[in-house]
Amino acid sequence: MMSQNQRLRQAITTSQLYRSIFRHDYVDSLRNRALEVTSNIFLHLHPVTIPRHALSVRFTFCLGGLTFFLFLVETITGLLLMFYYRPVPDYAYIDMKTLEYAAQFGVVLRNLHRWGAHLMVVTVMLHMLRVFLTGSYRPPREFNWVVGVSLLVMTLLLSFTGYLLPWDQLAFWAVTVGTNMAAATPFIGAEGPFHEVLGAQPLNDVRFLLLGDMKVGSNALLRFYVLHCVGLPLFAIVAMMVHFWRVRKDGGISRPL
Amino acid sequence: MDSTEVASAPEAAKAPPAGSRAGAPERSASSAAATVFPDLVYKEFLAALLVSILLLVWALAINAPLLPEANPGKTENPAKAPWYFVGLQELLVYFDPWIAGVGIPTLIIVGLMAIPYIDTSHNATGRYTLGERRLAIGHFLFGFALWWVLIVIGEFLRGPNWQIYWPWQSWLVPKSAEEKLWSFPWWLGLPLLAAYFGIGLWLPRRRWPWLYERLGKSRYASAILFTLLLYSVPIKIFLRLLLRVKYVLVTPWFNI
Ligand code: HEM
Repeated sequence: MMSQNQRLRQAITTSQLYRSIFRHDYVDSLRNRALEVTSNIFLHLHPVTIPRHALSVRFTFCLGGLTFFLFLVETITGLLLMFYYRPVPDYAYIDMKTLEYAAQFGVVLRNLHRWGAHLMVVTVMLHMLRVFLTGSYRPPREFNWVVGVSLLVMTLLLSFTGYLLPWDQLAFWAVTVGTNMAAATPFIGAEGPFHEVLGAQPLNDVRFLLLGDMKVGSNALLRFYVLHCVGLPLFAIVAMMVHFWRVRKDGGISRPL
Repeated sequence: MDSTEVASAPEAAKAPPAGSRAGAPERSASSAAATVFPDLVYKEFLAALLVSILLLVWALAINAPLLPEANPGKTENPAKAPWYFVGLQELLVYFDPWIAGVGIPTLIIVGLMAIPYIDTSHNATGRYTLGERRLAIGHFLFGFALWWVLIVIGEFLRGPNWQIYWPWQSWLVPKSAEEKLWSFPWWLGLPLLAAYFGIGLWLPRRRWPWLYERLGKSRYASAILFTLLLYSVPIKIFLRLLLRVKYVLVTPWFNI
């Protein structure tokens, strides 16, 4: 005799709706363990089996995975923040205040996004350190290390472009200092060595390209916003796809010979 | 569980990811396999959960800073970059902006990317070890630590006019940014630089011939060059702090 529960469960798991979503049952068998991965697009990033060594938390400290997780956290909290934010000098700061004082949990949302970004910078640096210390950049993984370095740079640029958006004194002056360095680039910066060779001037140099102006203003805010919310995340996602793909193509994470 | 069983599952035949590139002695056939689900997935889940809790507590406890509205007419003093760039900002004390803000970051990125093409050996891959890779790890950790030391100095010890303020000193007490500095004349600076790089390239080959033999000409040259460039940063810092040297090389076009 089936109990009420069992009958309910059977009714659900044999329904067309359920079976259209979950393509196998959940009994613990090797077959199902494999299917769990291969029939799920998200878990499919993984192979079905890996060497025991790769399970060791004290080898990776999960740092690559956590960096990716924090990227997801930033994507979701960032998306929510976009509902409250307009990238125009007249509104940007007021929107931050509104978020803080008028939106339910607005402060928490902003804090999550800000501290998550800081944490991501920390985890990506530590991930690089662990990859170095374990010699995991050696052939055949050279190229994935290079992809990794570009991910490090993109993580930093994402943080930096986001820094301007609150449009407070901290944001404005930090970005002014930062982008002034661009003007010092040799050849293509108006104040850099050899700037006269190509005729670089404040009106046409790299800083102008970054800011859309000779100083930080509304054009810079818009450019940083677009880069922060669309441009850089797109590049980062593509680079991550290559990164994860290569981890597998290079034979899974490295291990002792 | 044993791996033959796993391989019998449909799809699982593809399971161990495609072999590594030819020549890399990577996979030993006998390594015990674990199923990703649940052996790995639950660890990932736990890690994500722990970090979520940490982040949530952090976000509930401490508010992200928000200063008064941006005002182009009122300079912040000091105007600090976000902490992960404060190390570069700190270098502005010792180098011209084109070096601190453009040259050094570029060299760091290119240098990092070059690492796997310089160090192609296979010893001690896939595990933590200090003894077997003392040189590589030593130099890397030095650079990594330098980055963090500069961040700590810039973030916690710099006050108005980018002067050193200890935590117990008030920012209200002004410190003068004036400093008497001097530069090496070119006939001193040029030979010194040439000697630094010349001897730097020659000496290791002389002392450790096997290093040159193992790496070959271009790998040896790049490895030494990047290492010399790395150490030139703290050297310049000490020249400035101990001897008040502003530039080691002055030319009509740029100064170093
Ligand atoms: C957004 C940034 C990044 C993400 C999301 C990411 C993610 C990952 C993940 C999930 C793995 C699998 C193993 C592990 O978790 O340790 C991995 C491995 C790897 N990562 Fe990254 N990574 C990032 C940045 C970097 C950086 C900055 C470097 C190096 C400069 C790097 C180099 C590598 C290499 C060489 C491997 C293979 C390691 C091995 O075989 O043991 N990655 N990465």
